[in-house]
Amino acid sequence: MSAELAALSWNPLVDLEQLTAFPFMIQALEAGTIVAVMAGAIGWFMVLRRQTFAGHTLSVIAFPGAAGATLAGLPLAFGYFGACALAALALSLLARPGRDGLGGESAAIGTVQAFGLGLGFLFVSLYSGQLTDLESLLFGTFLGITATQVQTLLWVALVALAALALIGRRLLFASVDAAVARARGLPIRALATAFLLLLGLAVAATAEITGALLVFALLVTPAATAQRITARPGPGLALSVALALAVTWLGLGIAYFSPYPVGFWVTSLSFGLYVAVRCGAHLARPRPAEALS
Amino acid sequence: MFAHEFMRNAFLAGTFVALACGVAGYFVVLRSQVFAGDALSHVAFTGALAAAAVGVDIRLGLFAATVAVAAGMGLLGDRARPDDVAIGSVFAWILGLGALFLSIFAAGASGANGTQGVRVLFGSILGLSGGDARLAAAIAIAALAALLAIARPLLFSSIDAEVARSLGLPVRALGIGFLVLLAVVAAEATEAVGALLLLGLLAAPGGAARLLTDRLWWGLALSGAIAVASIWAGLALSYQIAALPPSSATIGIASGFFVGAALRAWAGSRQRRRESNPAPLAGVGDGI
Repeated sequence: MSAELAALSWNPLVDLEQLTAFPFMIQALEAGTIVAVMAGAIGWFMVLRRQTFAGHTLSVIAFPGAAGATLAGLPLAFGYFGACALAALALSLLARPGRDGLGGESAAIGTVQAFGLGLGFLFVSLYSGQLTDLESLLFGTFLGITATQVQTLLWVALVALAALALIGRRLLFASVDAAVARARGLPIRALATAFLLLLGLAVAATAEITGALLVFALLVTPAATAQRITARPGPGLALSVALALAVTWLGLGIAYFSPYPVGFWVTSLSFGLYVAVRCGAHLARPRPAEALS
Repeated sequence: MFAHEFMRNAFLAGTFVALACGVAGYFVVLRSQVFAGDALSHVAFTGALAAAAVGVDIRLGLFAATVAVAAGMGLLGDRARPDDVAIGSVFAWILGLGALFLSIFAAGASGANGTQGVRVLFGSILGLSGGDARLAAAIAIAALAALLAIARPLLFSSIDAEVARSLGLPVRALGIGFLVLLAVVAAEATEAVGALLLLGLLAAPGGAARLLTDRLWWGLALSGAIAVASIWAGLALSYQIAALPPSSATIGIASGFFVGAALRAWAGSRQRRRESNPAPLAGVGDGI
């Protein structure tokens, strides 16, 4: 972000013209749109499956991937995708939900994440060059996206969404009632692994744009808000995608006219929505005393 | 190795912080709150950056932010066990705030761009002064004493909240108290050894101890012992190999303990299944 800020004129047409005056802004809007659609859809399943911690771990693992690729002199994308795929496989091997009632799963996920971060720190300290890129690895370079990156992102998103559409129905069934789905002969474990790999793919593609730490905001908060509003899968998925799109566009728009980073605005907007919906649901719920009488 | 003062300081602070993390970590794992611990370590990161951005003492920001968020999570959550989607949403916003404070801080002190964030995230256990190390050890010992004081009812209410409640134990207050103690441990560990090492020392030793023994007090002791062993070995290794940061070495060793324990548990359950049940119910108890 440059030192001089655009001034908001409060005339929607003029402001929209200002927003789209520079190619970097158009590319940021394109990338943000693609990311929001993908994260909104995959995040809905992540929240349904209660795999928030796994999702956060995958998004953190993008950081050692990027640091390792920098160290080895490979393109960053290799690092992101490789690390996220490896972590998804490690999670599906080590952290099986329900196998061990008392916290076995969350300990395994935490260990995978800590180990990944430890590796990342090792790579960063082995890389004797400048540390200045670290901040953009963690918090993203929303406003420095190239047209090629947008194209790659589009292909990854198409592949991920096609795969999700292919396994969506069965995944939904397996997520809602694993025991019945197993009795019907659905491959529960294969579905769980496939979903973690999809999640890893989405996170890896997104991390390059929004940074390792902020992918998570688009994955979890819009989906959690949508599931507070409706439990039905179709409308819920659509709502999750719509909310993710809305906060991304608004966040980018506001950040353009303010000195503060995009990530802050996107997370604050989506968190505000989540809190508003939770409070609304709380107020709309009948009081226990009334329900009893 | 002990001829250097910075190594003595690192061992002093490291031992007690690791012991507190290991003991707290066993409860964290038992209560499936590793995600909450992870979130608290990032709250500490954001709090420290906020303090740095405003220009007040970093330790103040760390402790205030972490304890406040822990108490909030405990109060909001059902039965003082906040669910992971709510944690995730709060967490995402906390990270966004971190980005905000980092940008304010970096804009204010343009020479030190990001280095403070790096230090808070990854810690610098080898850069502690004698006073820092003694303070870290003292806070860790105080947190440890408080944890051990409530250990018995806390263990009980972690294993079976319903029965504990019916016996008159204050389950909810215990849960909130535990989260606040966890916050103190998290803030102190973040200040002394970094947010990264904190997560590793919370999750891996507790998880390994859970897998190795079913007896609770043994598990508690084992978890603390694994954490201390990991940090000693990590410090010694990084002293021998200059390129290896101590936090990476410690995490690597702690993860090794966890993987070893998981392999042992896996082999044990296979053997039991083969002995007790020649035709096992296919996949019962496997993942979802």
